[in-house]
Amino acid sequence: MYRYDEFDARFVRERVREFRTQVERRLDGSLTEDEFKPLRLQNGLYLQLHAYMLRIAIPYGTLSSRQLRQLALIADRYDRGYGHFTTRQNLQFNWPKLKDVPDILDLLADVEMHAIQTSGNCIRNVTADHFAGVAADEVEDPRPTAELIRQWSSLHPEFSFLPRKFKIAVTGAEHDRAAIKAHDIGLRILRHPGTGEIGYEVIVGGGLGRTPMIGKVVREFLPKPDLLSFLEAIMRVYNLEGRRDNKFKARVKILVHEIGAEEFRRRVEEEFAALDGPSVNADPEEVRRIAAYFAPPPYEELPERSVKLSIAQAAHRDFARFVETNVSAHRVPGYAAVTISLKPIGGVPGDATSEQMRIIAELADRHSFGELRVTHMQNLVLAHVRKDELFALWEALDAAELATANASLVTDIISCPGLDYCSLATARSIPIAQSLSRRFADGARQREIGPLGIKISGCINACGHHHIGNIGILGLEKNGAEYYQLTLGGDATEKAALGERLGPGLAAEEVPDAVEKIVNVYLEKRAAGEEFIATYRRIGIAPFRQMFE
Amino acid sequence: MALIDASGLKEDGFTRVAESAALPAGDMILPLGKISADGPEVLARGDRLGVHLPNTAKLDEVWPLLDDVALISIEFPSFADGRGFSLARQLRQRGYRGQLRAFGPLIADQLRHALGCGFDEVETPEAVIARQPISQWGAALRTITLHYQRGTGRGLSILDRRRAAREASHEQRLAHALPA
Repeated sequence: MYRYDEFDARFVRERVREFRTQVERRLDGSLTEDEFKPLRLQNGLYLQLHAYMLRIAIPYGTLSSRQLRQLALIADRYDRGYGHFTTRQNLQFNWPKLKDVPDILDLLADVEMHAIQTSGNCIRNVTADHFAGVAADEVEDPRPTAELIRQWSSLHPEFSFLPRKFKIAVTGAEHDRAAIKAHDIGLRILRHPGTGEIGYEVIVGGGLGRTPMIGKVVREFLPKPDLLSFLEAIMRVYNLEGRRDNKFKARVKILVHEIGAEEFRRRVEEEFAALDGPSVNADPEEVRRIAAYFAPPPYEELPERSVKLSIAQAAHRDFARFVETNVSAHRVPGYAAVTISLKPIGGVPGDATSEQMRIIAELADRHSFGELRVTHMQNLVLAHVRKDELFALWEALDAAELATANASLVTDIISCPGLDYCSLATARSIPIAQSLSRRFADGARQREIGPLGIKISGCINACGHHHIGNIGILGLEKNGAEYYQLTLGGDATEKAALGERLGPGLAAEEVPDAVEKIVNVYLEKRAAGEEFIATYRRIGIAPFRQMFE
Repeated sequence: MALIDASGLKEDGFTRVAESAALPAGDMILPLGKISADGPEVLARGDRLGVHLPNTAKLDEVWPLLDDVALISIEFPSFADGRGFSLARQLRQRGYRGQLRAFGPLIADQLRHALGCGFDEVETPEAVIARQPISQWGAALRTITLHYQRGTGRGLSILDRRRAAREASHEQRLAHALPA
């Protein structure tokens, strides 16, 4: 994991001190509410329906056990004993008091964390593949790149007052687990087909919200050393040309769409050519310095197969099921990556209590070199567990009711906080997630259905990523009544696709039946071994629509 | 309006000229539309010439007009509109070495953004200064003393400081390795 040097540490402390004075200056009237708003947003502080919400950055979703314990302490001392993991790999506290926020930020700085740019019209916290460093299909670990971007984008003097928010995601793998085509900028690390040199495919203009778009390739191959100057060129074109007359048309995806990908590419390349790259880029020594922090942990040399694991699987059915759904392959023999589902049946997706955080931190210390990942699916991952220890880990998780065996299944639902918390929401999301979770609670049935991603947003801003859910659910409001629109066929992976609207809106209580009907059509039509999304691609939306006529 | 730079409030030596106004005496800032017609006269009098640019100005279009300009003022219609920061960076990148001024309701917290992007000074309304006295501008600048971005800001970036530290320790190692 990355560790702060003296400069990083001082930088974050300075930002805390600045925010502390900004709060004081708001209270004494030096800053108007209009002036204070972007300043607090750039430090992750929202004013929600019932209270302030503080969003804490978990850069590229990597977290140490020490940091997780500190989050638990903050949850107990300043919140209501729980936190909410988000689709952007961050953590939100829903009940802090404004006067406490600077103290919370100091507690975060104690463990090398912050809330910088988790909100506001700036470059947001950078996200990455949650299996970074352990995935077998990886060309290069995306975290050093993400950390370099974190540093470069922090309090950028030029890019802190953009037309709108700006999100960057990085993957180093073939299979895209970071949804890079749904980001303002998506970076895919690859090898040049001719020379074998490492570089980036640069994708711009993806995004969800009210105008969902899949990103366009702006550069097929960017040499690795040019990263920061190329990002600067993209950001400058956007900062100068992005629309500011209408906040709903202000994201870079709209600019790319309106002038066309070709013209956008031309402007970026022109700006890039005018830039003095060497004065902007990080030198290779710096890149190596950062990369060294992400060296593999001290794995032991183990056989690929674990006899202990096989015996436990044979003896414990529930454990075997957990292994089937929540344990992923690891590039090092004898190890596995374990997904800890934060989606218990009937629970609030992504919520964790301080007690659970402490237990998970303890398990990370015991089984995974003290390191954790937050996934954009709102779950946690222990990325380096010895197969020999999987059963012991599962027993501990099970005792803490953290062993829900549903990763990627129909109850592994993504949901935004919705109208229960959010001031933008038009409808509730969490109760819909809970009712679906209860409807499909039966584990055997879930496994029979197989991988199926349901994503729920409580308004068109699409924080729950409904457009790229295999089944997407969007909560809206009309004449004071909440209703829900369903979409089918969305896909967040390298085959990124936006879902298609199924039909007219439904009342909240009709949603579980509707999803049930959709699932039944799939079960009836699927070929052997075919996942939901594959069947949908083959048969299209018509057979599903028929069920609703 | 009040004029502020890294060391505090300063006197404004330039007079701002409105689109339809007659030319005053002394150094002045002309709107972009007047620069071709009236600029030569100002220069001929031996006065310093400034130009005010909207933040939508295209660098390629205005660059040929900036040869003899001693000051460029860039419009910030709102403190939340960051286009002027990028325009300033482009001007510096293209090689403009004269005075660069941000004009508009920027707040104390943004002095570092302006200076970081190559501005020398900020001209902000009196109403902002009335709420945020000059001491707050200085304090804001002293609070955040570090920046990561190479090629921006005053002083070395964090990346360059790290490099300097690496080089110093490398030299030290070399010195130790040499026989006495």
